[in-house]
Amino acid sequence: MSKNTITLIIDGTKVTVEEGTSILDAAKKVDIEIPTLCHHEDLCVAGNCRVCVVEEKGKNNLTASCAAPATEGMDILTSSPKVRRARKDIMALLVSEHNTQCTTCYRNTNCELQTLASDYNVDNDIYLSVLKNNTTIDKSSWSIEKDDSKCIRCQRCVRTCAEIQHVNALAVTHKGHEMKISTFMDFPMNEIVCTNCGQCIIHCPTAALTERRYYDDIWEAIDDPTKHVVVNTAPSVRVALGEMFDYEPGKIVTGKMVTALKKMGFDSVLDTDFSADLTIIEEANELLVRLKKAFVDKEEVALPMITSCSPGWVKFIEHMYPEHLGHLSTCKSPQQMFGSMVKTYYAEKKGIDPKDIVCVAGMPCAAKKYEANRPEMRDSGFQDIDAGLTTRELGHMIKQAGIKFQELPEENFDKIMGESSGAAVVFGATGGVMEAALRTAYAVITGRPVPFDNLNITPVRGMESIKEITIKFEDCVPEYSFLEGIEAKFGIAHGLTNARAIMDQIVEGKSPYVFIEIMACPGGCIGGGGQPIPTTDEIRKKRIEAIYAEDMGKPIRMSHENPEIKEIYESFLKVPLGEKSHHLLHTKYRKRKRY
Amino acid sequence: MVGTKELIKNLSVKHGIERKSLLPILQDIVEKENFLSNDSMIEVARILDISAAEVYGTASFFSFLDTEARGKYKIRVCKSITCDMKGKNETIKCIENILKIKVGETSKGGRFSLLETNCLGWCHKGPVMLVNDEVYTELTPEKIRETLSEYIREEK
Ligand code: SF4
Ligand code: SF4
Ligand code: SF4
Ligand code: FES
Repeated sequence: MSKNTITLIIDGTKVTVEEGTSILDAAKKVDIEIPTLCHHEDLCVAGNCRVCVVEEKGKNNLTASCAAPATEGMDILTSSPKVRRARKDIMALLVSEHNTQCTTCYRNTNCELQTLASDYNVDNDIYLSVLKNNTTIDKSSWSIEKDDSKCIRCQRCVRTCAEIQHVNALAVTHKGHEMKISTFMDFPMNEIVCTNCGQCIIHCPTAALTERRYYDDIWEAIDDPTKHVVVNTAPSVRVALGEMFDYEPGKIVTGKMVTALKKMGFDSVLDTDFSADLTIIEEANELLVRLKKAFVDKEEVALPMITSCSPGWVKFIEHMYPEHLGHLSTCKSPQQMFGSMVKTYYAEKKGIDPKDIVCVAGMPCAAKKYEANRPEMRDSGFQDIDAGLTTRELGHMIKQAGIKFQELPEENFDKIMGESSGAAVVFGATGGVMEAALRTAYAVITGRPVPFDNLNITPVRGMESIKEITIKFEDCVPEYSFLEGIEAKFGIAHGLTNARAIMDQIVEGKSPYVFIEIMACPGGCIGGGGQPIPTTDEIRKKRIEAIYAEDMGKPIRMSHENPEIKEIYESFLKVPLGEKSHHLLHTKYRKRKRY
Repeated sequence: MVGTKELIKNLSVKHGIERKSLLPILQDIVEKENFLSNDSMIEVARILDISAAEVYGTASFFSFLDTEARGKYKIRVCKSITCDMKGKNETIKCIENILKIKVGETSKGGRFSLLETNCLGWCHKGPVMLVNDEVYTELTPEKIRETLSEYIREEK
């Protein structure tokens, strides 16, 4: 046995673990569940809630098992009378200052505090309620709702925003019984550096942080006979929505989701993947134009170019690197391209007045809500996307409609902007936009498909924090002969902490890349802030597998071969980056302050 | 604002730009500028490469790091349990009557601010108050009146 393992006893069972393993993780190895609240596997240890306490034989004080490393010969009891009493007491204290109203709470049945309080049968009799009655819910943001009366001050959100996102919008402020999770000068959420990514929401054990919900407005629109309500769903929704209906993570529920949405009364159920394909056409062409300007015309252009489909990332760069906005692709995100096309092209084809169209987006994302409300996003003459719903909200709506999801038959998306390629599907996973762009760009540059088995560009896939790939262009078509023999490097980052590393290279003038994909959330959209809770690395991986399986199942795998894409250019947009595209599919960015 | 920027730049040279420099920098700003303005906190965040929320988190933890403009004389009455039992509330009422301001307020003309603070370490001689750096112990209404009238006179 290697000398850096240690052996201890947990509830009478011998366990051997690597040195440095916490007692909590050691217990997991022998299937002993110790309750936790402030602990989250994505985050560093905080050790502040104490519900994970265990008893070490021979010691008087209880130990927080998430924070204490296992040591040789330890004899641990995870459920002694002393431990159970302490846990119940801690739970009761938490409840005594909690705004317990589970029946009306958005996290009802999906709340870690509620589950523990119920497991330990905490009645609220031991301690008098010390709930502060002067808290108000901050609903200033389009995306995030913050309700301090439901906060247990575990600081998972603070650690998420610092470690995963490097935004640090949230901090622990004040002290003692006034201590709370707050922002710079206690400013409302819409006035600060928050990117609306929603990662804090999916890491919050309670309903203290939730997405701002819009489904009542959507029901109202559906029930209004004068409105034509269109819904489009992003690729990562179909590989996660099943989790809301007791499917294992990684289940693909595309067909059932479409059926459910039709049953709910949407007039047309369409696919954001269509506009993901559209994004690829515009973005790949934009990249080629920038490369031509740099290589042939010797013009000053901002390279590397960086993707702009992740609204959390876009707001991040606007706050943190306002001097470098030129690197962002001017392409709108697929959601926003969808909206502007629905209220122009689709409206024209269907013969419906765009003012009567309500366009709803089903998204894995909290930031999409805010993006829909950016003042720039009205190029169709109307608000392009009327509302963004999270995967969770869609799940709630399906439940509200009394639909038995598992029993549903499978249907296909409707026509006109319902067709998509496998390239659009992979948008949902980190590396996906890069893969989709390369499939198309390589074909345009060389006239041949990318030289990877089955078009699967595997080096850009997976959970590694920053990925890169080098592609050599050979035997280029005459128009792109300026790229002949060039070895171009492409970079991919997910999670804003990794984005920062990429940006710092650019600031120092040391970026080796020509094109970079950045997604605000770990794992890409499949790990988005609007996805079902919990989201862990294991679950992210399963959703990613499902994305690639869905891609392989598509008859068309490259964006430029999507027949509906060909059709929209022929009959409406004419050419990529053309006048109509410029007006409807591209956008501008703004500098923001860093606090 | 140029003054503040300059000041913070000098303080970052004096104290360094590590995370642990934050507190001494904030203390010196309060000493020079009376309180921490939003702009000064944002500038400190920029220089130390941390977030403004984090700076505010630290500032709000310490009652001496004011984030609002205060009067020339900051009167801080200890609110810890011992002083409370020895007559903190009467002390505050007495000061409020003399200065015509409530806790948290600043008198017209910006002379006096009345604040509460955590334990000052004078429990054996409570109730106590601080006027800027000066401690006054075993307060009685007479003693308070006497002390404050000296400050009021000095101003005139
Ligand atoms: S946050 Fe959890 S415990 Fe609190 S009211 Fe909501 S469901 Fe209940
Ligand atoms: S908002 Fe949520 S994650 Fe943050 S401290 Fe409160 S309960 Fe914990
Ligand atoms: S939404 Fe994202 S950026 Fe905003 S506070 Fe939460 S984790 Fe931080
Ligand atoms: S889970 Fe261990 S202290 Fe909170």
